[in-house]
Amino acid sequence: MLVLLAMSVLVFVGVYLIGNPIDILISSQADQAERERAIVALGLDKSIWSQYGSFAVGALTGDLGKSFAHGVPALELIMTRMPATLELALSAMVIAVGLGIPLGLIAGLKPDGFIGKTIMAASILGFSLPTFWVGLMLIMLFAVFLGWLPSNGRGETVDLFGVPVSFLTPDGLLHLILPAVNLALFKLSLLIRLTRAGVREAMAMEYVKFARAKGLSNARIVGVHVLKNIMIPIVTVIGLEFGSVVAFAVVTESVFAWPGMGKLLLDSINVLDRPVIVAYLLIIVSLFVFINLLVDLAYSALDPRVRLADAGAH
Amino acid sequence: MREASIWREKVADFAASRIALFGLALLLLIVLAALGAPWFSMQNPYDLAQLDIMDARLPPGSIGAEGQTFLIGSDEQGRDLWSAILYGLRISLGVGVISTLIAVSLGLAVGLIAAYRGGRWDSVIMRVVDIQLSFPAILIALILLAVLGQGVGKIIAALVTVQWAYYARTVRGAALAEMSKDYIAAAQGLALSPARIVFNHLLPNCLPPLIVVASVQVAHAIALEATLSFLGLGLPITEPSLGLLIANGYQYLLSGKYWVSFFPGVALLLTILSINLVADQLRDVLNPRLAK
Repeated sequence: MLVLLAMSVLVFVGVYLIGNPIDILISSQADQAERERAIVALGLDKSIWSQYGSFAVGALTGDLGKSFAHGVPALELIMTRMPATLELALSAMVIAVGLGIPLGLIAGLKPDGFIGKTIMAASILGFSLPTFWVGLMLIMLFAVFLGWLPSNGRGETVDLFGVPVSFLTPDGLLHLILPAVNLALFKLSLLIRLTRAGVREAMAMEYVKFARAKGLSNARIVGVHVLKNIMIPIVTVIGLEFGSVVAFAVVTESVFAWPGMGKLLLDSINVLDRPVIVAYLLIIVSLFVFINLLVDLAYSALDPRVRLADAGAH
Repeated sequence: MREASIWREKVADFAASRIALFGLALLLLIVLAALGAPWFSMQNPYDLAQLDIMDARLPPGSIGAEGQTFLIGSDEQGRDLWSAILYGLRISLGVGVISTLIAVSLGLAVGLIAAYRGGRWDSVIMRVVDIQLSFPAILIALILLAVLGQGVGKIIAALVTVQWAYYARTVRGAALAEMSKDYIAAAQGLALSPARIVFNHLLPNCLPPLIVVASVQVAHAIALEATLSFLGLGLPITEPSLGLLIANGYQYLLSGKYWVSFFPGVALLLTILSINLVADQLRDVLNPRLAK
């Protein structure tokens, strides 16, 4: 809560200092009277503290102010864009986890083999590729030269529980592939490296030797015992990285013209649409706090030591 | 004497990996190309007098109006891409390295204070570090630049803000581990001044992990700067880094004129890749846990 408050003051004052949004929002032909009217209508004639005061009071009741540029409440504007971003981020995470953990396992079990080395080389490459440039190259290859996949927008959407989603229509799914792969690439490399390091450490442990001695099959040792023990750092990273995927979606969304909230943030920064910038940040901060909570809960579900420590503390 | 042999051993360990040596060679080549940009390029890409609009958007290998060869093509103002990339590399590398140096110094100072002072200093500093590290770097940088505006100084400030916390945490961890060792107790027993203990004894022993983190972070800083410039929030058009060159080519991509974006991206990729290869090996060499 304190973090939220501090962030809102910092951002509010910071955004206030950038410049006068009036100069951008009003056409240069507008006369003085029109200008004055617009300033009063947007509440820009008041002092910064009274502006913050009315913002804070509004925020407590769920009102984060109206967008200067669009004239609708900032919160509503962001909420209409949020499903697109979450869909993109979730798809990217599914790709990264679905490929990253198996590939990391293979590389960790056979670190000196040809496949293991190839996977590691590929992950260093994936680490080094700038996301936005990969996005451009994907567009160039699959949209321009091959013409297989569309390069921008969400395509056709259907409503799932009242929320528009792309992945349930063939057209939407085609639109989703490139941006999701693009966004997944970096996290995929990260997960491969993390899983590999975890497996290599775990395989040297006593419990693995013991399981071997008991005559358990290799598949069971890896699939049950090793995997369970390396899951804790991996779950942390998946949880924390989800937040960073949402933030990084800003880049992918702007490359692929994906109508999510990251694109909205960029557009808002360009026209100094203060309420939207502030609202975006508050929502992102809340999202992070929420994710951290989930990660903590996942921890205690996965690691009995955490549960015991908690129980002992009370 | 012993000191020197330890370092010789580390150098030998580093050279044991051929791929790391390749990365180092590539990195040196890139740095050399960036430093010597005026000698390795056929034109100063930002001297408008040397540009001819007739040469705009030529594909790689074209011959220009004055008979010059555009090895990897030209951009929309008739600028030779090869020259533009070399000059862009200078800016990208410069911004990355300078911001990392400042952030390392800042993080080193703050981390040492936290570890040596302990108590309230430690908890306040580490709380700030934790909060900052729980947010993705790109988000912090985006907001900062939205507030600060464009410019070389501003992007360096943003990159420093994003990075210092990593170093502070690394140094604090290393310093805490070192402080429990006997040589620090011995130094304190000799009643050496705190400044002498921190600078002569503690600091040199905190450097290896710091070097590892810094080598990875330079690559991150360069990538982040390129991303921000691509989004139009980083460097102004008068100081075109690689990210801006790539952004310039974006609009021509859909008409199949790939080279304007492609080649600056390759240069960026090779730079980041070579740093990562070197950093990877540095980590293995300097990590005492993996020492044989």
